[in-house]
Amino acid sequence: MSEQTPALRLENITKTFPGVKALDDVSFSVLPGEVHALMGENGAGKSTLMKVLGGLHQPDDGQIIVGEQPVRMASPLDAKSKGIVFIHQELSLADELTVAENIYLGELPRKRFGLVDWRRLYAQTNEILKRLNVSFDARALVGDLSIANQQMVEIARALTVDAKAVIFDEPTASLTDAEKVVLFDVISDLKSSGVGIIYISHRMEEIFKITDRISVLRDGAYRGTLETSKTNDEDITQLMIGRTLDLSRNLAHHDVGDVVLKVDNLSCGHLYENVSFEVRHGEVVGFYGLVGAGRTAIAETLFGLREPTAGRIYLDGQPTRIHSPADAIRRGISLVPEDRKAQGLVLGMNCRDNMTLPQVDDLKAGPFVAEGAEIAIFDQYRDRLDIRTPGWRQSVGNLSGGNQQKIVIGKWLSMHPNVLIVDEPTRGIDVGSKSEIHNLIRDLAGLGYAVIVISSEMPEVLHVSDRIVAMFSGKIMRTFTSEEVTEDNLIQAISGLSADKVA
Amino acid sequence: MEPGTLSTYLKRGAIWGFIVLELIFFSIAGEFLSLSDKPFMDLDNMLLLFKQSAPIGIIAIGMTLIMINGNIDLSVGAIFAMSAVIFLDSMTWPIFAGLGDAVIPVAWVLALLTGVGLGAINGLIVWKTGVDAFIVTLGAMLGYRGLVFMYNGEQPTSHLNWTLVDFAEAQFLGIHTATWFLLGVTLVLWFIMTRTVHGRNAYAIGDNREAAVNAGIRVGPHFLINFMIIGFLAALSAVVFYAESGSVNPNDGELYELWAITAVVLGGTKLAGGSGSIISTFGGVLAIQLLRKGLGHIGADTETVNLVIGLILIAVLFLDRQLNLKGREALRI
Ligand SMILES: Nc1ncnc2c1ncn2[C@@H]1O[C@H](COP(=O)(O)OP(=O)(O)OP(=O)(O)O)[C@@H](O)[C@H]1O
Ligand SMILES: [Mg+2]
Repeated sequence: MSEQTPALRLENITKTFPGVKALDDVSFSVLPGEVHALMGENGAGKSTLMKVLGGLHQPDDGQIIVGEQPVRMASPLDAKSKGIVFIHQELSLADELTVAENIYLGELPRKRFGLVDWRRLYAQTNEILKRLNVSFDARALVGDLSIANQQMVEIARALTVDAKAVIFDEPTASLTDAEKVVLFDVISDLKSSGVGIIYISHRMEEIFKITDRISVLRDGAYRGTLETSKTNDEDITQLMIGRTLDLSRNLAHHDVGDVVLKVDNLSCGHLYENVSFEVRHGEVVGFYGLVGAGRTAIAETLFGLREPTAGRIYLDGQPTRIHSPADAIRRGISLVPEDRKAQGLVLGMNCRDNMTLPQVDDLKAGPFVAEGAEIAIFDQYRDRLDIRTPGWRQSVGNLSGGNQQKIVIGKWLSMHPNVLIVDEPTRGIDVGSKSEIHNLIRDLAGLGYAVIVISSEMPEVLHVSDRIVAMFSGKIMRTFTSEEVTEDNLIQAISGLSADKVA
Repeated sequence: MEPGTLSTYLKRGAIWGFIVLELIFFSIAGEFLSLSDKPFMDLDNMLLLFKQSAPIGIIAIGMTLIMINGNIDLSVGAIFAMSAVIFLDSMTWPIFAGLGDAVIPVAWVLALLTGVGLGAINGLIVWKTGVDAFIVTLGAMLGYRGLVFMYNGEQPTSHLNWTLVDFAEAQFLGIHTATWFLLGVTLVLWFIMTRTVHGRNAYAIGDNREAAVNAGIRVGPHFLINFMIIGFLAALSAVVFYAESGSVNPNDGELYELWAITAVVLGGTKLAGGSGSIISTFGGVLAIQLLRKGLGHIGADTETVNLVIGLILIAVLFLDRQLNLKGREALRI
């Protein structure tokens, strides 16, 4: 392997942001036809390194070598023209444009007089979409697609050029299992055509399934490269966080109390129908199902973002109507939304203000905001969730993806809700913090909170839930207790294969 | 030092740097070009400059709040005129004839209520219909101006009260009444924006409305309050200004909305909302007034002044864009 010229080499890359040394003398290389994993904790510098490579950041020091040539990536388009394609962690698509326009943004095929060649555009796009095996059309508006499908559009962009290296920054964070299979096919296609692939992910199963080598960053510094076939979870974790992690720890299960939230035959148009379930004090109920099964819509109804078309919600035995998030919060219901950037965070605002946004009103000293109390809350949850930021003044837009997610979680945890709903809580969170968040969820239940966890990761649902509600296309297929659930019967239930059987 | 402090100060401070440049330029150019032999930076001249910037300044401070929200209010000029008409005319109403000078506070209250009321209409429409504030206040601008004309036709509405004139021309600590109002409004709004929940929410709503709603902020009532505040400020501006002049033409206050917006934008507030600062708007107000006065000082006529201000506005926004592009390179996610 070592005689091969790398498709791409990074040498001594250093990058500093005000207050943060994001990358410290990092060197590593990717061979053609190799899938190279880049791993590290939240904020370790993975995305920053890839942004340097993709022309979004200029390094303070060091150089990039493509093939044999040292190159400078002046802009993302420049990087693309040099054969580096970057699929971002955070989606960066124009909602109002069509799929085809997004894929060829900046490079629309042209006819004479600079007119766009629409026929060619749609034909080319449909060809690519066919390779990806997706269900939507080149003319669909990106804003109308699900997050997973939007992700596929990002991936489609990579297939439009003759790439030397393709960077995937946490591509599977919002994909279903079926979509993942498609993605992995695409990756292996690219691989066999000699493209070098950099793959960033926090999910060990994927790393072992598709990568050849693994490079690890910690606190912005390069920590070494491992051969995937000759390593294991512990070694990687050791390299990533400097200690080993006991993931097998059994989460404490608590006695459950009275019913807090009861939902009776609730329907909302065609999103979900006749849904009934209850959540008790001290209980974690997991909602598992495919993307589009209606889980998020239920969460949004409970949080006052959607009016149900039929059915009732009871809180502490009282029939309740929830008209707005303000209503929901007043009644002690909190929601950690699915899409942190669009729904959860005020990116231009600093970390502290984001975290205390729903409760500033309760923290007043006279007419003024009590900044001291706010800082205390921020500090507490920064420590608890291990949020990496140089200080509370940092704007949230400058944090790494995982740390942004932790801000959203901290925001709602600090509200001490009666009912906490978390929609994909650990999306983009590293292994260490993930188990910390799982522990927190269990601890909250221990304190008597009722928690609803919506997740598309089966291990996560199995790990944290006392009971699991399996949904398929807007209906509850079955409710499992933690004793009766197995991977097999859960998969069966969410594929619509098992009959309606409420435990 | 906390991250980003320097660049923030640079950006916040840009308007003050611009003001210093203006002062230097006009002082030097004044030596050669001015017809009068008084220096430009004469104390009385500067005090007068503050006073003259008050009417638009008070409105611009309110506009900052609206624009941080991501909205805009085009009807402030018409609200200004309507409040002025009520202010002056109410002092002549027969029912108040016996009041003597006690009619002044009554007229004030009526005028301010007019401003708040008209602002509230804007706010309610934006809240309840969800129509964009630009469209709503564009309609209001025409509609309210129509009201002004219906009131007295093409005639000016006049009433001079000497107690009021004395009040308006008074100088406390050397500073004119109008300037005190501008300073007071700036200070209060600055406190609201930086220290209160309402201010915090204003930024959050302007930056990401969906996240703000999800945090339990009630956006509609928030907008309503802000439109009432700017209505109040437009009326306050009228009350302060017309105490002295005593006569309002139905066209008065036209283009005030644009001058106010210009000052806000010069001060660095983004049209898209989510960021901006009251103090910088104050700087923007002074910068514009300095330009007007300074250009007048060196003998330019009004048309030239407007042309120059227009060009400078574009130049400043271009520079700001360049600065922010560099910033955004690092920000883009
Ligand atoms: N534009 C920026 N301004 C200031 N600091 C930044 C900026 N971008 C990133 N950082 C900081 O650089 C560090 C590395 O961030 P990066 O996004 O590369 O982490 P990551 O390894 O991708 O983490 P995650 O797994 O959470 O996505 C973090 O401390 C982050 O806060
Ligand atoms: Mg990242």
